[in-house]
Amino acid sequence: MITRSVSELSQALASREISSVELTQLYLERIARHNPQINAFITVAPEKSLAQAKAADALRAAGQATPLTGIPLAQKDIFCTKGWLTTCGSRMLGNFVSPYDAKVIEQFNAAGAVILGKTNMDEFAMGSSNETSYYGAVKNPWDLSRVPGGSSGGSAAAVAALLAPAATGTDTGGSIRQPAALCNLTGLKPTYGVVSRYGMIAFASSLDQAGPMAHSAQDCALLLNTMAGFDERDSTSLDRPPEDYSRELSTNAGGKPLAGLRIGLPREFFGEAERSGCSPEVMQLVDAAIAQYRELGAELVDISLPNMKLSVPAYYVIAPAEASSNLSRFDGVRYGYRAPDYDDLNDMYAKSRAQGFGAEVKRRILIGAYVLSHGYYDAYYLQAQRIRRLIANDFVAAFKVCDVILGPTSPSTAFKLGERAADPVQMYLSDIYTIAVNLAGLPGMSIPCGFASGLPAGLQLIGDYFSEAKLLNVAHRYQQASTWHQQRPQAVD
Amino acid sequence: MSLTLEQVRRVAHLARIEVSDAEAQATLGHLNGIFTLIEAMQAVDTRGVEPMAHAQDLAQRLRTDQVTEIDRRDAFQAIAPETEKGLYLVPQVME
Repeated sequence: MITRSVSELSQALASREISSVELTQLYLERIARHNPQINAFITVAPEKSLAQAKAADALRAAGQATPLTGIPLAQKDIFCTKGWLTTCGSRMLGNFVSPYDAKVIEQFNAAGAVILGKTNMDEFAMGSSNETSYYGAVKNPWDLSRVPGGSSGGSAAAVAALLAPAATGTDTGGSIRQPAALCNLTGLKPTYGVVSRYGMIAFASSLDQAGPMAHSAQDCALLLNTMAGFDERDSTSLDRPPEDYSRELSTNAGGKPLAGLRIGLPREFFGEAERSGCSPEVMQLVDAAIAQYRELGAELVDISLPNMKLSVPAYYVIAPAEASSNLSRFDGVRYGYRAPDYDDLNDMYAKSRAQGFGAEVKRRILIGAYVLSHGYYDAYYLQAQRIRRLIANDFVAAFKVCDVILGPTSPSTAFKLGERAADPVQMYLSDIYTIAVNLAGLPGMSIPCGFASGLPAGLQLIGDYFSEAKLLNVAHRYQQASTWHQQRPQAVD
Repeated sequence: MSLTLEQVRRVAHLARIEVSDAEAQATLGHLNGIFTLIEAMQAVDTRGVEPMAHAQDLAQRLRTDQVTEIDRRDAFQAIAPETEKGLYLVPQVME
């Protein structure tokens, strides 16, 4: 049962092969057995999960089931969940039992899905290895001495280890796609504004976007159908007609299902000199995937994203600037951590924040406070926003000659725990291929494309605005012709 | 460019984060590394480029002037560090 896809589980529930209570129990038992080792979940509350499962079974008995009714899912601990501890990976929110639900949680609840637990993550989603969590590092199920990626590392490890059939993640600079790549999953970051940010604890508001993480494009489409939608309470939510994101997946397209598709290969990834930015093993797998796409009927187009190299510098101005502003709300007054001893109000703020935040979060707040401070705003923040425009314009030009852009998701496979923790800059460069997509606000995916020395590698697909259905189809056709996404780790049985 | 220890302390004060001497020193090293990375931006000629704040150029939405929130003071204050009679308590700021 646990190796089935979300759509297969949905069928099993519909045919009464299994009840939601039984299915939920099955996953809770696996969590109890394996989580002490993997640390993918910060919070599990079996009585809450089982109560939801029972309610889902009742809904089904009453003939009111949706495709996700009774499906247990892991929720990233960044989504406020009423009555659940919602920590965002931080000591600051170590006692925060949310009084309300994020829009994403409301949507899954309305669909009758079951919350299996809240997954571990880099503190306030700031990290690419899940090592900045106050609740301890997450282990990669493919090799327990390695990181699962981040910041949605707990969600990725939970799904990879079959502790949940699918999970939610959030992606500010690659936090869905990079852990998906490192854990052999399919992950999708939608177009900015497609999924509501209401109740999703803010890191960098102009970049943050939630999305699904699962074993296949098909499952991601199913989850996105529930997550997407306009929300009045998010000022950047886009009011668009609802879409069925799986609409292109069911057609029988024959031997060349992607005939006519133009895949752009950026010189900045694939040029002779530029290739060295990626590990040769990963690049070899990406090349093999490109060959596979040609067989599926796609044609390859040489494109250029000349400002790509500026995405990391621009991101490390814009994201910390927005973070320093967003995280100023954590002051020990209305909720969250308050230092036990202090002299006066200012001292209470300074000590609560010093003790409540971890080192990486503090670094980013300080960078943000600096680049926004008097005399530096134009040189850093405005300059970064202008470069952001240049990067977005590069994509606009590229999508005039191609339909999707392809490349590696991450320059390497999963690295060793602790290997990069001491050097923030080295860690930041792990996101070199993913960050530009957030700056431009485009949808991006990572799908499994093979193994290098036993570790999974990810292929990134980038689409034009609102092209999620197409991206999912491009991923799905590859998955129909390959078995990488069906491989499961041996370390967790 | 390179930050000074004094600048790190000033920014930490602005951000209301207490830093010890040892932390300030370690942070200085890390921030300088990060700013070296960021400096790559400065060489780019962006004259005439409109800054981009958001991916979609949206106008601020307006809504009808109508009360949509219900009173949930008790639920929200139940998770506060310290409250009294519906108020949040903080250290005294005036003698």
